[in-house]
Amino acid sequence: MDRAQVLDQLPGLRRYARMLTGDRWAADDLVQDTLERACRKWLLWRSGTDLRAWLFTLMHNLYLNQRRGMAALQVLDLHDAAAELPAAVPTGHDTVLDLERCLQRLPADQRAVLLLVTVEDMAYAEVARVLQVPVGTVMSRLSRARARMRDWMEEASSARPAPPPSPQAGTPPALRRLK
Amino acid sequence: MKSERSVMTRTAPSAPLPEKDLDDAHLHALVDGQLPPAAADAARARLDADALGRVADWQRHRDGLRALHAALDPGEVPPALHQAAERLQGQHERQARQARWGRWGGIAAGWMLAFGLGWGLHGHGSGDAGAPPMAFVRQAAVAHAVFQPEQRHPVEVTAAQQDHLVQWLSKRLGRPLAVPLLSAQGFDLMGGRLLPGGDGARAQFMYQNAQGQRITLYVGMVDADAGADRGATPQRAAETAFQFHEEGAVSSFYWVDQGFGYALSGELPRAALLAVATAVHQQLVKH
Repeated sequence: MDRAQVLDQLPGLRRYARMLTGDRWAADDLVQDTLERACRKWLLWRSGTDLRAWLFTLMHNLYLNQRRGMAALQVLDLHDAAAELPAAVPTGHDTVLDLERCLQRLPADQRAVLLLVTVEDMAYAEVARVLQVPVGTVMSRLSRARARMRDWMEEASSARPAPPPSPQAGTPPALRRLK
Repeated sequence: MKSERSVMTRTAPSAPLPEKDLDDAHLHALVDGQLPPAAADAARARLDADALGRVADWQRHRDGLRALHAALDPGEVPPALHQAAERLQGQHERQARQARWGRWGGIAAGWMLAFGLGWGLHGHGSGDAGAPPMAFVRQAAVAHAVFQPEQRHPVEVTAAQQDHLVQWLSKRLGRPLAVPLLSAQGFDLMGGRLLPGGDGARAQFMYQNAQGQRITLYVGMVDADAGADRGATPQRAAETAFQFHEEGAVSSFYWVDQGFGYALSGELPRAALLAVATAVHQQLVKH
C-alpha cells in the first residue's frame, strides 16, 4: 500500500467537510472523528476497496447522525464567512455568499447529495453507495436540493439592493453549452 | 417540476431516453455530465424553455459550488488530525501486510465468507489462522469489532430472556454454559448471540457499562485437532494461562479451560480489561 495513502486524502476530506458543515472548526472536528472511527472500525474495511469512498461513508454517517433531530436551518455567520472567502472566486462575491448560505440552509442529507454530485463529481450510483441509500433516493434528494437552491438564489438576487444588471453577463457557459 | 414520485421510482438514467418529455433525472444527469455524449446531445436538443432555465441555473450553481470548493484553503493540518491520519495509515499498512501473508486476506471479507460457508478452518488447513488459541482469539476480536458498534441489534437474544439465552447457547455449544455476572465491575449483560467459529458454534455475550462501553465474552470449543498436523497431540487444547492479544483497537484476554476457549474483548485499557477477565475466570471456575 502506498505509504501516503491516508495522508493524501486529508486535504480533500477537510475541504469537503468544510463545505458540508459550513464551518472551519466543525469541519476539522468532523474529519478527526471520521479518522478515529476509521481506526476503530478498520477491521471492517475490505482491503483493496476504495479507501476514499469508505472514509466518505464514515464521515456522512457521523455527520448525519449528529444532525439528526437538529433544526434543518443553520445560521451562517455572514461576517465570518465573508472573511474566510477567497477574493478570487470567479462569480460575483455576493453570489458566492448567497450560494454558500443557501447550501447551509438545505437539510443535511440533501446538502450531502448535492456536494458529492457537484464538488466530488461522483456518479449517482457511487453517491448511493457512499450514503448507503438507493439511487432513487439520491435522485429525489438531488432534485429537491436543486429546486430549493434555485428558489432561494432567485429570492436572494431579487432581494439584493442594486443588483448588477446581469452578474454573469458575457459568460453564460451553461447556456452556451446547450446550443 | 415533475412529481418526486416519478423520480423516486426511476433508477440512474441510462442511454435510451423516453420518447416523451425529458424527466428530471435526465436533466440532472445532463448538468452533471453523467449522460453518454450521444444521449446528452439528444437531451440538449429537446430542452424546452422551462427545462432550459432550470438546467442553466443548476449548471451555474454547480460551477459556483465547485469554484468555491476549489478556492477553499483549509489551512495547516492541526496536529491531532495529523496524528489520527498517521494512526489510520499504520493500521492499514498492518492490514495490508497481513493480506500479503495470505493469512487473513481481508478479515472482514473472511468474516462475510464465514456466514456463507460456515468458516471451515479444517477445509482451509490450520495455516489459515495460526494455532487454535490464536485463531480463536482473532475470531473473538473480529466478532467484537463487528457487533460492538451495532445500535439496533447488538444481540440476538436479550438479557431479559436470560434463561432461554443460556439454554439455547448451551444446547448449540453442546455444553452447559454459565453467564458471568459483571455488575460488580460495572458491566451489565445485554444478551448474546450464536456465531460460526473455526471448530463449530461460538457464543458471544455482550455487556455494557454506564458509559456505553461494550465488552464481549466469546466462548466455544477449541479443537486441538486443528493443530494435529503440526505435531500437537490429538487431544483437547491444553489449558493456558491468561494471554493478551491486540487486534486493531480491540484488546482481548483469552484462556483455554477444559477444551473450551474464552476470550474477553473490549476497547478498554489493559489493566481494566484484565480485572474484568479475572472476574469472569473466577466465576466460571466456581461454576
